[in-house]
This record gives sequence, structure tokens and C-alpha cells, in this order.
Amino acid sequence: MNLIFSLIVLAILILIPLMGVGVLGLNSLFAIFIPYLAFAIFFFGLIYRIIGWARSPQPYKITTTCGQQKSLSWIKHSRLESPASSWEVYLRMFFEVFLFRSLFRNLRADFDGKRLIYGSAKWLWLGAILFHLSFLVIMIRHLRFFVNDIPSIVQKISAVDSFFQLGLPPIYITNLLILAGLGFLLLRRLVDAKVNYLSYASDYFPLLLIISIALTGILMRLYVKPDLYAIKQLTYGLATFNPALPKGNLSMLFYIHLFLVSSLAAYFPFSKLVHMVGVFFSPTRNMPNDNRMSRHINPWEYPVKYVTYAEWQEKFRDVMEEAGIPIDEEWANVAQK
Amino acid sequence: MYNTNKVIIGIIVFIIFFAMPFWLNFGKVEALPKPELPKEEKKCIEDTDYMKAYHMKFLDEWRKTKVREGKVNYINNEGKIYKMSLQRTCMKCHDNKEKFCDRCHKNLVVQPDCWKCHLAPEEVKKWQ
Ligand code: HEC
Ligand code: HEC
Ligand code: HEC
Repeated sequence: MNLIFSLIVLAILILIPLMGVGVLGLNSLFAIFIPYLAFAIFFFGLIYRIIGWARSPQPYKITTTCGQQKSLSWIKHSRLESPASSWEVYLRMFFEVFLFRSLFRNLRADFDGKRLIYGSAKWLWLGAILFHLSFLVIMIRHLRFFVNDIPSIVQKISAVDSFFQLGLPPIYITNLLILAGLGFLLLRRLVDAKVNYLSYASDYFPLLLIISIALTGILMRLYVKPDLYAIKQLTYGLATFNPALPKGNLSMLFYIHLFLVSSLAAYFPFSKLVHMVGVFFSPTRNMPNDNRMSRHINPWEYPVKYVTYAEWQEKFRDVMEEAGIPIDEEWANVAQK
Repeated sequence: MYNTNKVIIGIIVFIIFFAMPFWLNFGKVEALPKPELPKEEKKCIEDTDYMKAYHMKFLDEWRKTKVREGKVNYINNEGKIYKMSLQRTCMKCHDNKEKFCDRCHKNLVVQPDCWKCHLAPEEVKKWQ
């Protein structure tokens, strides 16, 4: 059901440029206005989300630890698993963001007869890292469409990535890897009953959206070639704030690709995909485990009105004396000071 | 806002990363280089739109039919016959690789390895 809903939304998203460009001929709307709008939503939406998170207090220290805390000098301290200083936290964050270290620890629960057992499950990590790193390389490669004087690092990445020349143009390795990664992430939700039970439309939709973006891109790269020179004129115009529709024919597939990318950008800040910035704000990851060294002040804390025993005793002294309750003189002296 | 300094640094890094397409062009905005079309001829082998988009598939096809199947001639949709050759057909009309093929390719990070073995017209002239 969730899957079908996402598929319907995706089909509508593909139909919009088909109708808008193919039937109504709103080329500049789809080539210029919508991409700009989507990019603006992406930027301001993400900044809005960042500020929203930055304003939320972290009342407790809830860092996750999987190793020995720093304590006595002769007890070996696990720097990454239980970071105590902020630079150790940075290090842990770095491995988390670039290598998905905590996902590498993913476990799978299963029954061995009647016994519940846990085993290491690296497939999720592999699928995720294939997808994310390929996406990064693909984004860097796309700079060729937006920049005139392309940095040599981008050229080198493209050259390495197009190593396999099975026909022309060469096949990008990352294109295959991203499909493998995404395919695994989607299949996992479909095949594994436990994950399937947890999957909503908001899980399927981003996957399907990114898969269709990748597929339209690969189709344009290998089979249904558009006029890339005309496309570069358009995209270069967009990047230099000098947008104009080029004379050449931008293919329909390109409009679909562009519209799906715009949808992804606009959807990004308001979906689960914001985990891109959310990961930096996860208190379980970004707090040092230095509870014993420095006190974490709850930002919610306000000065509480309280009455000490001495003050209380002073207030009820007469009544207490009358009732024969012993007066603690030591406390009384404190109160008088 | 908590940790204001770090958050602001984070936002700046994020903007710098995602605005790369914009600032990489900063101060270097100029018209894209245009490939120089042959002057004597009017028409390419096939339709221009087709050539623009598909010339690499077209060359691949030529390469396969010539090298693997041993056929020599290509007949275009107007019935004209061409010898299938990168150097002696394409580059006869497009006689300046630098100003034609490369202008387009450099601009779009296309790095064909053809010229490691095949000779560009500029190079051929040097040897003659
Ligand atoms: C008979 C001479 C001739 C031959 C042979 C020839 N071309 Fe062309 N080509 C032209 C002309 C003339 C144009 C410009 C057509 C126009 O302006 O409509 C052109 C245009 C092109 C374009 C489009 C450039 C642009 O930006 O408009 C490409 C790409 C191209 N040729 C590649 C090739 C390749 C690859 C071959 C070899 C398979 C080849 N040509 C063989 C004459 C030729
Ligand atoms: C109108 C611009 C243009 C011109 C002119 C042009 N090309 Fe290309 N060529 C391209 C684009 C764009 C690609 C890459 C398509 C892609 O990345 O999917 C390409 C790809 C190729 C490829 C495949 C290699 C690769 O890495 O993708 C070959 C081979 C090639 N061109 C040969 C030539 C030759 C030979 C000429 C000169 C006769 C020429 N091209 C002129 C735009 C052009
Ligand atoms: C390793 C060297 C090498 C590379 C790289 C190479 N070729 Fe060739 N190519 C050859 C040889 C050798 C022949 C055979 C010539 C013959 O038998 O007449 C040939 C033949 C061809 C032919 C048909 C015959 C002719 O005279 O042109 C075409 C077309 C061709 N290559 C295109 C390409 C293209 C396009 C590329 C780049 C993507 C390329 N080649 C890269 C070595 C190479």
C-alpha cells in the first residue's frame, strides 16, 4: 500500500513535465523557474531546519558509548567509542559522516531453533555506503554542466569514473554502484518482513525518486542522448544567474530528469532526507562522554525557590519547642548567619 | 540558539559546498566556446541534431562495422556514400580538432582516448 502510494506520486511527478513541456510548451517554467525555486527551497529550508535544531536544548548528556570511558590513567580509554574531548568527538563524527561507522555495527536478530541470536549484518552498511558515496561522486561530476573552467580534480574524478569503455560513451562506475546500492536498499524494504512492516510511503518515496533520477540520467548518458552542448548552455546560464533557453532541443527526458531533481531538492529539507544535517545534531553522537569531568547544565534549568531546613526550623521554632521537638542548634546557627 | 559559533560555521560550510556551481564561476563568466563549423561544406553526414547528440555512438558503430565486419562504405539517409574513417572522413571536413571537437569536449569534460592512436589533422600536417 505504502509502495503503491509512492509509485503513484512518482508517476504524477513524471507526468507533470510531460504535460507541462510536451503539451503546454511551458519550457522556461520547467527549465528555469522551477529549478531556481526548488534550489531556493532547498537552501532556505535546510537553514531553517538547522536553526530549528540549534535552538532545541539538550537537557541531558545522552551520548552513546560502546567503549571504556576515560577515567583513571591506567585504564585504557576508548577514544572513538567513548570520546572525552571535543576533538575526539570530531573524529568520531568524521567517521560517522563519511564511513557510517555506527551502521557498520548493525546487527540482525534471528532465531536459532528457539534461541534468539544476534549476528553481524554488514549488507545494510554496504548498500548505504555504495549509494551515498556514489551520489557524492555523481554530484561532483555534475559540476561539468555548471562551470566553464572546470577544476582539474573534477576532470580526474570523471576520467577515473569512466574507466570502462563498453561502447561509447563510457559507462560510469558510480552509475552502476548507485543502482546497486539503491536496489539493495529498496529490496531490503520489500523482502525483509521486519523492515517491510516498518516502511512507510515516506521511506519508499525518496528511494523511488532517487532511483528514477539515476535511471533517467543513465538513460541519457548511454542510450537516449540529448544535446549536451545545449544543456550546458542552459545550466551554465542558471549557475551564472543569466538564464536563457538555448536554441537547441532539450530532450523530454532531460526535462523529466530536471523536474525530478528539483522535486528532490524541494522535498529534501522536509523529509527524512534531512538526516544529512540531522546527523550533526544527534546528541547521542555529538556530545563528549565527560560526565565525570564536567557537569552538563540543563539549559532548561531556572533558579528554583526552595526553603532550607534551617529556615523552616526558624519559622516553626515556637511550635516545635512547644511540641517538644528537638531544635537543631547547629542548623539554627547556620540560618542566623 | 545553542552552540552558535559551531552552528554558524556549519551553515557556512554547507552553503559553500552546495553553492559550488555558483562561486566556481565567480569572476570567470564568459560565453561558452563555440565549435568552429566547416566553411566549405553545408551538411554533416547525418542530420546536425543527430550528430550533436549521437556522434559518439555513430563513431562507435563505424568502428565496429569497419574493424570487426570489414565493411568500408557507409550510406547516409540521402544515399550518399562515405568511407568509414575517423581520420579520413570526419576530420577531412572538420579539419581542426582543436577548434571543433576539443572546444566542445573540454567544456563538458569529455575525454575520449581516440587521439592516443588516431592522428588529429594538426598532427598529420606536421608529418607531411
Ligand atoms: C561532408 C563533410 C562532413 C563530414 C564528412 C562530417 N561532418 Fe560533421 N559537420 C559538417 C558540417 C558542415 C556541419 C555543420 C552542420 C550545420 O551547421 O547544420 C557538421 C556538424 C557536426 C556536428 C555538430 C556541431 C555543432 O555544434 O553544430 C558534429 C558533432 C559533427 N559534425 C561530427 C562529425 C563526425 C563525428 C563526423 C565523422 C563521423 C563528421 N562530423 C563528418 C560536415 C561534415
Ligand atoms: C557539439 C559539441 C561536440 C562536438 C563539436 C563534438 N563532440 Fe564529441 N561529444 C560531445 C559530448 C557532449 C560528448 C559526451 C556525451 C556524454 O557525456 O554523455 C561527446 C562524446 C564524444 C565521444 C565519446 C567519448 C566519451 O568519453 O564520451 C567521442 C569519441 C567523440 N565525442 C568524438 C568526437 C569527435 C571525433 C568530434 C570532432 C569531429 C566531436 N566529438 C565533436 C560533444 C561534441
Ligand atoms: C589503441 C589504439 C586506438 C584507440 C585508443 C582508438 N582506436 Fe580507433 N582504430 C585503431 C586501429 C588500430 C584501427 C584499425 C585501422 C584499420 O584497420 O584500418 C582503428 C579503427 C577505427 C575506425 C575505423 C577505421 C578508420 O580509419 O577510422 C574508427 C571509426 C575508429 N577507430 C574510431 C575510434 C574512436 C571513436 C576512438 C575513441 C573512442 C578510437 N577509435 C580509439 C586504434 C585505436
